[in-house]
Amino acid sequence: MSGRIGTRIAPRFSPRFGPRLGRQELAAWSFALPALSVIGLFFMLPVATGLALSLTDFDLYALASLKNLRFVGIDNYITVLQRPLFWKALGNTLYFVAVGVPLSVGLSLLFAVALQSKLVRFKPVLRTALFSPVVATLVAVAVIWRYLLHTRYGLINEGLVALGFSPVDWLGDPHWSMPAIILFAAWKNFGGNMIIFIAALQAIPEDLYEAARLDGAKTWAQFRHITLPGLAPTLLMVSILTIAGYFQLFAEPYVMTQGGPLESTKSVLYLMFEDGFKWWNLGQASALAFVLFAIIVAFSRGLLWLTRRLGVEA
Amino acid sequence: MKRPLLNVGMALAALLVCFPLLWMIAVSLMANGEASHSPAPLLPADPSLAHYRALLGSGGLARAFGNSLMLAIAATAISTLLNTLAGYAFAKLHWRGRDAIFSGLIGALVIPGQVAMLPLFLMLKEMGLVNSYLGVLIPSFAGIFGIFLVRQYARSVPSELIEAARMDGAGEWRIFFAVVLPLLKPVIVTLAVFAFLGSWNDFMWPLIVLTDGQLYTLPVALASLSREHVQDSELMMAGAVITVLPVLLLFLVLQRHYMQGLTMGGVKQ
Amino acid sequence: MNRREWLAGTAALTAAGCARSDKPLVFWGMGREGEVAQELLQGFTQETGLAVQVEQLPWTAAHEKLLTAFAGDATPDVAQLGNTWVAELAALNALEPLTPWIAGFDHGDYFSGIWATNEIDGQLLGLPWYVDTRLLFYRSDLLAQVGWREAPRSWAEWMRCMAALAAGPVQRPLLLPSNEFEPLLALALQQDDRLLKDGDTRGNFSSPGFRRALGFYLDLMRRGFAPLQSNQEISNLWHEFAKGTFAFYISGPWNIGEFRRRLPAAFQGQWTTAALPGPNGPGASIAGGASLAMFRRSRAKPAAWKLIEYLSRPAVQGRFYELTGSLPPREKSWALPLLAADAQARAFREQLGRARPVPPVPEWERIMQEMQLFAAHAAHDGTPVDATVTALDKSVDVMLEKRRWMRSRT
Repeated sequence: MSGRIGTRIAPRFSPRFGPRLGRQELAAWSFALPALSVIGLFFMLPVATGLALSLTDFDLYALASLKNLRFVGIDNYITVLQRPLFWKALGNTLYFVAVGVPLSVGLSLLFAVALQSKLVRFKPVLRTALFSPVVATLVAVAVIWRYLLHTRYGLINEGLVALGFSPVDWLGDPHWSMPAIILFAAWKNFGGNMIIFIAALQAIPEDLYEAARLDGAKTWAQFRHITLPGLAPTLLMVSILTIAGYFQLFAEPYVMTQGGPLESTKSVLYLMFEDGFKWWNLGQASALAFVLFAIIVAFSRGLLWLTRRLGVEA
Repeated sequence: MKRPLLNVGMALAALLVCFPLLWMIAVSLMANGEASHSPAPLLPADPSLAHYRALLGSGGLARAFGNSLMLAIAATAISTLLNTLAGYAFAKLHWRGRDAIFSGLIGALVIPGQVAMLPLFLMLKEMGLVNSYLGVLIPSFAGIFGIFLVRQYARSVPSELIEAARMDGAGEWRIFFAVVLPLLKPVIVTLAVFAFLGSWNDFMWPLIVLTDGQLYTLPVALASLSREHVQDSELMMAGAVITVLPVLLLFLVLQRHYMQGLTMGGVKQ
Repeated sequence: MNRREWLAGTAALTAAGCARSDKPLVFWGMGREGEVAQELLQGFTQETGLAVQVEQLPWTAAHEKLLTAFAGDATPDVAQLGNTWVAELAALNALEPLTPWIAGFDHGDYFSGIWATNEIDGQLLGLPWYVDTRLLFYRSDLLAQVGWREAPRSWAEWMRCMAALAAGPVQRPLLLPSNEFEPLLALALQQDDRLLKDGDTRGNFSSPGFRRALGFYLDLMRRGFAPLQSNQEISNLWHEFAKGTFAFYISGPWNIGEFRRRLPAAFQGQWTTAALPGPNGPGASIAGGASLAMFRRSRAKPAAWKLIEYLSRPAVQGRFYELTGSLPPREKSWALPLLAADAQARAFREQLGRARPVPPVPEWERIMQEMQLFAAHAAHDGTPVDATVTALDKSVDVMLEKRRWMRSRT
């Protein structure tokens, strides 16, 4: 409404540029263009090029001379789906998502609720402490965790032994390597979502809780009937973002396990990185990236549809 | 009573979460091989800064620190500027295609950044920017999430203020700098802190783009060192401290400011 | 930040991003050799006045970095290349032929086998820097404890020796990292069958020779002589060797230098080297090593050649051996008193006589990693040799598809 007032007063440029190009529109473009050009040139364009690359067999030979390039259509995609390693990587990634997301989001929610509780004191200190892993550089903390997870000298195993369990070969046993990565990722990431939940919790009006207390509702009932519904939209958003992020697992296995042992921590993106930057099989790597993208989109859409069916409004 | 139990529980939890970082500092002060014992020690027997001296002296980490700092400052300055401008335009200005473009950007949020990495690498090679600072910086000049954050926050700026300024005859740029910018301070601080964090902690892209050891940023230098010196845990911890401490401090000092920006953005759906 | 500052900042960054015109020579060294290159090249700088910037790359990242540099047009002037990589980079047309440069260079005393691996299509693409093979490092004192005064020489003897050790002082006598392909490759090269067939365009891992090698390799683990672990998990192999956690280790000459450097003098009499046991007696091993190569895109080729030449001088190679234990590829350097008298180096010299090259295909690095992955999986899951080699061949055939296509074009 107010925008239209502005444009009506402003002089019009040549009709060639359209009926509403006014001072505001020109200014808006000058504001947005730098960022949009960067994103367009250095993100969108490469993505489109990647799509084109995925239809060729671009590799080291082609890097040496373009005469060695062949157009192969969807062959790369078929090859991807036929590679046993792809399915293994997909399985690893799904394992990570299926266990890691609930763990991470659950921890975030738990601590957010705890930090909102009136019974807890020294909130800023606690919040800082709980958020600190998010800030720390991944490579650095991966180095730390590698030592913590060491079979013989690691403190985690020492803790286990003290509690009466037997030590675990975290980074050497293919059964335990992914749990180790899941644990590490949860520790590293829960702080971020925790802050978002805190904000959302602060938005729930106090009166609702007052009324509930007056009605005699206990803490758990309050949580179920006021907190959770109030949080539902945020919970959904956080879940989808975390799922999308977790599907892109790469840095943790790269630094901690190099995809091992026995390829148990190779994620789809790790496979893409290897195909692309280790073996320079860019055609295959690009196809892999787009397959992953398709999976993420399918998952997010599926989740949205599911929650809509269950009655949660986004 | 519930209160002390909850508080003790929370304190323990916080300590547990912080523990790896605290242990990192402790080990960095230990002598060579001290940590490779069972049971592993929690505190150094004879704290010394020897590892720091080694790493910052001949280890090359001082140079990597400088590189990281310079790149982070540049990335922060440029991306904060570009994202704020664009975010404001999406929030408060009316222009054709605004909503369509914004939806497109949100949709693009789902695209994994790594999809663009390979072709971007080839593009930079054609431009002669592989193994250069600019090559490392370019992808960080603007980001969809940053624009999103600013837009969400900027929508809370009262339109009447902007309108009033327009009625007074002020140009759009002037309105932005004089009226809007001061109101956007919390989200700008948030943007800046996270841009700095993102650049400082960025690992994959500098790893790919930089071959010259002199240009390495801290995470890349640390990763390279850790592959070489996998046995020297104490040395590696010192390297980890050097990498993590600056951003931890930054975060501690500025947290009041950007928490506000994050939470405001989160609430306004 | 006002516009002027912003523009100045961008300009400065652009300038920093552009290539520096007045650069020193860039040399990429790997692993331990890269570490000592700086010291070795000080003499070069003193003599010629040419500055050298040494980049030291860990072996685990070197291959990736080389290819990335090639793809990104950021190759160094001179690099140390594992000799299997010479073929790869040659296929990419990344290396400068050295044939014209060696005209005035005395090179008659190089070992012919090593020289041959650097000649591709009649062109010399790398000058051998050091030779490398794999053989047995072992704890002579622990073997003596169980009645073995000399190292085993055949597979059967080796198994018996390890059984004796396992029943006695060393539970798991052999260190066999599950992510290193060299031991299995060495065992495979001891066989008569080639590893690739059809002009090196298809996998030949289903051959009886490789089956035997793989079978023996898996046996070593199934009998419990070697635990299944990667080299990332053993925290410090030199200390563990000294502690007696294992008694045998298949490794290369650089570990001569490392064992001497890292372990106490009192310990030095308790270990030594021996030829790798073969199926029926002392066996073949890998004809490895590294070469010095010049990149086509280098802008300082005469200076680069001078650097290569300097590092090939017998005296400098002698110093190189002193620092790293890396063995020279030429007779003149072996004639130096330092090496002639070295007992542990002698075993290597003997093994070098039986070293065999690998197929010079660009995909070799990838094929080797695939082979090792299949072997490690088989060891862990108990997959039979048959299934493993069939699947491996299938996978390798896919990798070589492009090579087949390119050859069919010419």
